[in-house]
Amino acid sequence: MNKTRLVVVGNGMVGHQFLQSLADSGQLGEFEVTVFCEEPRLAYDRVYLSSYFSGSTAEDLAMGKIEQYREWGLNVLINEKVVEINKDDHLVVSDKGTTLSYDKLVMATGSYPFVPPVPGHDREHCLVYRTIEDLEAIKSSAAQGKVGVVVGGGLLGLEAAKALCDLGLETHVVEFAPRLMAVQLDDMGGALLRSKIEALGVKVHTSKNTQQIVDGENCVHRMEFADGEVLETDLILFSAGIRPRDQLARESGLAVGERGGIVINNQCQTSDADIYAIGECALWDGRIFGLVAPGYTMAKVTVAQLTGGDAEFAGADMSTKLKLMGVDVCSIGDAQGRTPGAKNYTWLNEGDGTYKKLVVSPDNKILLGAILVGDAEAYGTLLQYMLNEIQLPEFPEALILPSRNDDAQTGLGVAALPETAQICSCHDVSKGDIRQAVSGGCCSVGDVKGATKAGTGCGGCVPLLTSLVNHELEELGVEVSHDICEHFPYTRQDLYNLVRVEEIKSFDELMQKHGKGGKGCHICKPAVGSILASCWNNYVLNPKEVKLQDTNDTFLANMQKDGTYSIVPRIGGGEITPDKLIVLGQVAKEYNLYTKITGGQRVDLFGARLEQLPDIWRKLIDAGFETGHAYGKSLRTVKSCVGSTWCRYGVDDSVGLAIELENRYKGLRSPHKIKFAVSGCTRECAEAQGKDIGVIATENGWNLYVCGNGGMKPRHADLFATDLDKETLIKYIDRVLMFYIKTADRLQRTSVWMENLEGGLKYLQEVVINDSLGLGAELEAQMAHVVETYECEWKTTVNDEEALKRFRQFVNSDKPDSNVVFVQERGQIRPARAEEKAEPIVMVG
Amino acid sequence: MTAAQEWIHICNLDDLVADSGICALVGERQVALFYIPEKGQVFAIDNFDPIGQANVLSRGLVGSNEDCLFVASPLYKERYCLETGECLDNESLVLDTWQTRLEGERLLLNPQPFNRVALQEAG
Ligand code: SRM
Ligand SMILES: Cc1cc2nc3c(=O)[nH]c(=O)nc-3n(C[C@H](O)[C@H](O)[C@H](O)COP(=O)(O)OP(=O)(O)OC[C@H]3O[C@@H](n4cnc5c(N)ncnc54)[C@H](O)[C@@H]3O)c2cc1C
Ligand code: SF4
Ligand code: FES
Repeated sequence: MNKTRLVVVGNGMVGHQFLQSLADSGQLGEFEVTVFCEEPRLAYDRVYLSSYFSGSTAEDLAMGKIEQYREWGLNVLINEKVVEINKDDHLVVSDKGTTLSYDKLVMATGSYPFVPPVPGHDREHCLVYRTIEDLEAIKSSAAQGKVGVVVGGGLLGLEAAKALCDLGLETHVVEFAPRLMAVQLDDMGGALLRSKIEALGVKVHTSKNTQQIVDGENCVHRMEFADGEVLETDLILFSAGIRPRDQLARESGLAVGERGGIVINNQCQTSDADIYAIGECALWDGRIFGLVAPGYTMAKVTVAQLTGGDAEFAGADMSTKLKLMGVDVCSIGDAQGRTPGAKNYTWLNEGDGTYKKLVVSPDNKILLGAILVGDAEAYGTLLQYMLNEIQLPEFPEALILPSRNDDAQTGLGVAALPETAQICSCHDVSKGDIRQAVSGGCCSVGDVKGATKAGTGCGGCVPLLTSLVNHELEELGVEVSHDICEHFPYTRQDLYNLVRVEEIKSFDELMQKHGKGGKGCHICKPAVGSILASCWNNYVLNPKEVKLQDTNDTFLANMQKDGTYSIVPRIGGGEITPDKLIVLGQVAKEYNLYTKITGGQRVDLFGARLEQLPDIWRKLIDAGFETGHAYGKSLRTVKSCVGSTWCRYGVDDSVGLAIELENRYKGLRSPHKIKFAVSGCTRECAEAQGKDIGVIATENGWNLYVCGNGGMKPRHADLFATDLDKETLIKYIDRVLMFYIKTADRLQRTSVWMENLEGGLKYLQEVVINDSLGLGAELEAQMAHVVETYECEWKTTVNDEEALKRFRQFVNSDKPDSNVVFVQERGQIRPARAEEKAEPIVMVG
Repeated sequence: MTAAQEWIHICNLDDLVADSGICALVGERQVALFYIPEKGQVFAIDNFDPIGQANVLSRGLVGSNEDCLFVASPLYKERYCLETGECLDNESLVLDTWQTRLEGERLLLNPQPFNRVALQEAG
């Protein structure tokens, strides 16, 4: 039998999913497939496009991989666009002149951003947001300007606004309609969203009809609106909706909708039965679907149709859950209440900034739609009510009213969902599929994700997925353990609370009261050591606690590969006097230590033997140095830029503040290390947005950023509060850090903690700024205790004969460790390699 | 069997750190010593970490896994049984161990490595 010649036009998200589904169907062998891909790269994840600005690369976003396509035996033409379809002769022609005949054709050409045809829309620095190339253009344009405007306050517009903010531009959103997200929200939801977004520093202009764009006076452009107002900006980003890419279809004589879109039937066929259209280019029942999930369903339907199946497309749910600039926004079903006779239930809480609305059928039985702003917790439950037409409780409002007592269980337990309930809409995974995966051996959410793909699209279903998986595991009698290790049946958070509440002062006491016995281990001992130090700030080498510490904490230095140690004195804010620099040099020379400037703005001295540490530290302490805690899970450095003292752009004294912060929080033990930075202006030379705590000077005070990270998985810090005076800044930092110490997991950096924090940034802001848990004063008092009881551990140690006993290589000899051998390199020592150790001549002093 | 009088005096009880390690030089060998008060015993194993290739085990963290007392290497965290020298994370590794004895305040050690695993295998 001859293979079916199949041509796929477009390799975007849906085009890729089509190929994936075809491969999954196992019938790829029946086809000879050619893919035309207009863009210079194979399909990538457009949904996560914005993450390109926060460090994701084109590779991270890639969905289609060339090796994979080759393995599937596809013929892929990258950078090649189909310009003509001759449906009578079954031929396609490309812009590079390729002519191919096909038996079946699939169009997955997607859509393009709509740019309103106002005069001046085509000026330089007027851009759109759809492809990686667009983002590169935005990045380079933003680097040249200060102000950016997004035209369009819909879903994508707000996402684009976030990107401009992150690029450091003063950001405006200009919306034609009287409210934001006009399609998904109602007036009240739109207003609340607006106030939240404005609080983040984005200026919102609604009911604005742009008339023309001309040269600006202070900026590149000047936008003129119908109401006579003007706005100056350097960059304009159009995000005023999408239009299906149907031109090719139109020219080929395929039926298209009045307002665009390639008309398809339930089988996803166009007006020509051999041509299918899927994704954002397709018009079904008069509707275009601007989300990936419906496109994926169309892709699967088409694969079924081509391989003899009978699946049909039956429309798709357009509910959305988003986190826009840290604000949760959800829209479910008939959110605007258009169904005749529908009843609304609304709840607005201006205190904590939440708005919730239910749209219910006239007989009060079925949920038709919902809106959630500021608190998305009910999304999964409400969506299931709507999709599965589950009968509502007698008083539907219970679903959105805050529960004031604990027994008011209103959420829909996962057990109540029917087998067919769709859990993940991106990949069309039902509750039944997930149960099957669990009974088939998946033991964790990760396993289930791998087996079913659920949760790997937009991620919106992960909370529901997690509770379902845990529920199923428990049903099967599998215990879902959150214990820290075999010695304590508790999480780190539990242990922290036990230590605090019962005022437990030692590991042995905790083990006796709450442990399962034994000596503990390398997991629970340092964790408990850190908790005890966070709570009571005892000297880490006191005899009760010394056994808890990892070697670095035990010897107050970082062990290197050859068993020697490094020495990192604190250099607060990176500021150091010439005299102190000279001392570092002298000490390094005297003990023949390797010296290096660290990535944290200080100096590291390497190659000290255990027995040398106290002498070296005695000299450093005499010269006024303190320990830098480079060995501890504690505050490392507060990096600073030179700031207003010297820098012509600086607006405040970043060095002064950095030193003050470093002195305040030094010695604070925490679940993982903590890094700060302070920049003197928005140019951000101290890279504060990559730190756990970042502070940037503004004309009106300090902006506080939290939970950034460099390292293995960099994370951009979140803007937490703006224009703070120093007192408030310190209060917020006290609270954020103590709350982190209270609730984080062991070895969890603030970035990961934030990612896992239920409610995210908003929740943390509630707790810290609005004191929603009433913990503020307590957290501050706990921090005050740590600050007051600070001592330099090295100073204490060099004066403690007992503690010094441990700093001996041998208890019974003064000889040094003969296995520690150095050689010279670039004028300094380095550890000898094994083969060099065999050569005694290379040895250095 | 080695005669008792060949045992050597290493140090005294107050040189040791409870539930933690120190190191002694025995001839050319570095011996890591761990004092576990509730067992009234000092365990002695090789100080050399065969994975990290450095003399550091005395500076590792002491813990227990079910009934087995172990030290975790400070470099890459492999755990070694204090009693037998066996590595809990890598079957192929077994460290030398030594016999020790507390006589009042005095810690005595038999300088002849005493390898329980090898002895068992030998029958
Ligand atoms: C010395 C230094 C490198 C240098 O020569 O510049 C360094 C050295 C080490 N880093 Fe680092 N890091 C150093 C700056 C950094 C930075 C840059 C910074 O702080 O601005 C980062 C990225 C920023 C961040 O942490 O967000 C960094 C990210 C890491 C990570 C990854 C953390 C993460 O969250 O992904 C580790 C591994 C870990 O902590 O688990 C690590 C771990 C280590 C360890 C502790 C690894 C080890 O166990 O041996 C190294 C020992 C330090 C020593 O012996 O003194 N180091 N390390 C820098 C010391 C700065 C200081 O003055 O204290
Ligand atoms: C910033 C951003 C955020 C988004 N966020 C979400 C979200 O959170 N949730 C959600 O569900 N959706 C989201 N979307 C929408 C989602 O990305 C689209 O629904 C999805 O990409 C549609 O897939 P598609 O394959 O139909 O179109 P596309 O991904 O646009 O792919 C079409 C491809 O076809 C190519 N093409 C067109 N014509 C030709 C031709 N003649 N020859 C060859 N190739 C051609 C195009 O170059 C393009 O590469 C977002 C979109 C953007 C831009
Ligand atoms: S961040 Fe600003 S103040 Fe600081 S050094 Fe850079 S330009 Fe100067
Ligand atoms: S719904 Fe998008 S990943 Fe599951």
